Amino acid sequence: MGSRSSHAALIPDADSLRRETGFSQASLLRLYHRFRALDTNKKGYLSRMDLQQIGALAVNPLGDRIIDSFFPDGSLQVDFPDFVRVLAHFRPADDEDAGLRDPREPEPLNSRMNKLRFAFQLYDLDRDGKISRHEMLQVLRLMVGVQVTEEQLESIAERTVQEADEDGDGAVSFLEFAKEEEENGSGRQLVVSTTVCLKTQLPGRFLVLVISVWNYWKLLGIITTTAFIIVL
Amino acid sequence: MEGTELAGKILSTWLTLVLGLILLPSAFGVSLGISEIYMKILVKTLEWATIRIEKGVPKESVKNSASVGIIQRDESPMEKGLSGLRGRDFELSDVFYFSKKGLEAIVEDEVTQRFSSEELVSWNLLTRTNINFQYISLRLTMVWVLGVIVRYCVLLPLRVTLAFIGISLLVMGTTLVGQLPDSSLKSWLSELVHLTCCRICVRSLSGTIHYHNKQYRPQKGGICVANHTSPIDVFILTTDGCYAMVGQVQGGLMGIIQRAIVKACPHVWFERSEMKDRHLVTKRLKEHIADRKKLPILIFPEGTCINNTSVMMFKKGSFEIGGTIHPVAIKYNPQFGDAFWNSSKYNMVSYLLRVMTSWAIVCDVWYLPPMTREEGEDAAQFANRVKSAIAVQGGLTELPWDGGLKRGKVKDAFREEQQKNYSKMIVGNGSLNSESN
Repeated sequence: MGSRSSHAALIPDADSLRRETGFSQASLLRLYHRFRALDTNKKGYLSRMDLQQIGALAVNPLGDRIIDSFFPDGSLQVDFPDFVRVLAHFRPADDEDAGLRDPREPEPLNSRMNKLRFAFQLYDLDRDGKISRHEMLQVLRLMVGVQVTEEQLESIAERTVQEADEDGDGAVSFLEFAKEEEENGSGRQLVVSTTVCLKTQLPGRFLVLVISVWNYWKLLGIITTTAFIIVL
Repeated sequence: MEGTELAGKILSTWLTLVLGLILLPSAFGVSLGISEIYMKILVKTLEWATIRIEKGVPKESVKNSASVGIIQRDESPMEKGLSGLRGRDFELSDVFYFSKKGLEAIVEDEVTQRFSSEELVSWNLLTRTNINFQYISLRLTMVWVLGVIVRYCVLLPLRVTLAFIGISLLVMGTTLVGQLPDSSLKSWLSELVHLTCCRICVRSLSGTIHYHNKQYRPQKGGICVANHTSPIDVFILTTDGCYAMVGQVQGGLMGIIQRAIVKACPHVWFERSEMKDRHLVTKRLKEHIADRKKLPILIFPEGTCINNTSVMMFKKGSFEIGGTIHPVAIKYNPQFGDAFWNSSKYNMVSYLLRVMTSWAIVCDVWYLPPMTREEGEDAAQFANRVKSAIAVQGGLTELPWDGGLKRGKVKDAFREEQQKNYSKMIVGNGSLNSESN
């Protein structure tokens, strides 16, 4: 009982995480509960299998690639801070003027550039900073399955690389990718907005006190009942 | 000595009251209206509490709290999401749509949230549902404290006593009835015992049940299927009619109850080893329903407890037996108490304790018209048809996933569907030459 205690103290390094990712306290708490719910064996970290258990992710054509983005550099575990850092890419971009930001601080995770970097590494498997035609073909194959023939797919890949490639090296670098997206203005799509901040409130200190008193009441109630039954 | 005498007197008066006001009316299926008065007071209190909370909270949060879930989902279909008309070409940004859907699934997916208790829109003065709500006013907290006292010190002992009496009566009554030779008297008596004891058990949970469409109540020789939320479902259904249960033989208290009730009327219990053999299971069930005098079988095809906001995939095994299927939809009202058993979090005893310290269990039971398998329909399609009927009636969402979260065939079919949709978009209109799909 009382497993859903809303104490932010549960999350390790909550403050620095908040600053780094920009999530509100309430959102962070929700994501922590989500992390715990996904961690089926209570290991304290998530493995690939935990993420593959999510039905809607398993049927997503790019599901495996998305899961890969949580496990960079061949690691097999993702802990809560890394989990949240990946999710932070999808926060709605802050509207404040880019000029007001201190240029010495690292770019916020949900800036347009970082969103595009996230999308870029869904394509760029070998992390060499370029999307080759072969990598493009692989992603396309994931998205269409067996519905399209090899020749059609190759021509699509060829055309796309040619359109985006500017320096003629036969591959799409990140800058070329970003430029292409800027023209289309579609970076806005990489947003998952949460209504969390509007719903969740943290209990006031008074209620926390009352809750601890309630724990004693609970014990009292159980003792009363047991005594009753024994007397019976 | 005087103290014990006094305690003894109080106990005996109290027991007589319980007997007169609760047990006897249950035997006759009559209600004295005490629980109705309790429910009315409860509803008024909760309404007052909701108004206080809404007053104390800024307006915008109230408006948005009606949405279920923690993210705003963009429910547009793939065509809109990819901002394209039919036959538009592949673009690099197409991957955004899929990654967005994927991330949404990671943050909150339809299935995992069905295995935790439903979140309430407004607080119902139980601490266990207090995730979202903050301190509002002293009066509200006082009412809450009063509620705790009432629930733990008044209602809990009463309910535990009733449950105790109910179960012991069940075991004793069915054993006694089991001594009689098989006759119509025996079946009538066993029905009486079952009904009375289940009514007592439901009263022990302060259950208020509304039955709809009683004309479709399952008949003998049929199979009754229902959505599964908790073990209490069995008691809720048995209050209105007797069923033959199907299940595994278990040890402990459950085993004693199982062995007792099978003496009075023929339930179908399987040993653990027999459960693996599907043919044996089907054969025994077929034999049971072929005998028109036997009670209808009660089956929960989901196979596991879901949190009563949705209906998951019905396992087709129950639908291969043949016979008439009588679907039943059960919907609990979460405002008064959460009936969902999260078996990974709570064991049976803590679950029962939680249920007995809630306000009440209020639910609606709808009996649906009987269904049979049509020509050319296989068991899986029939199962889906029944599932949709139950979901529509109960106001529950319908999900195609398997409650056991197994990676089964249905997943590949879904992924292929998405792939098909997408390929239609980028290739379908022949914007490229040569063969079309």
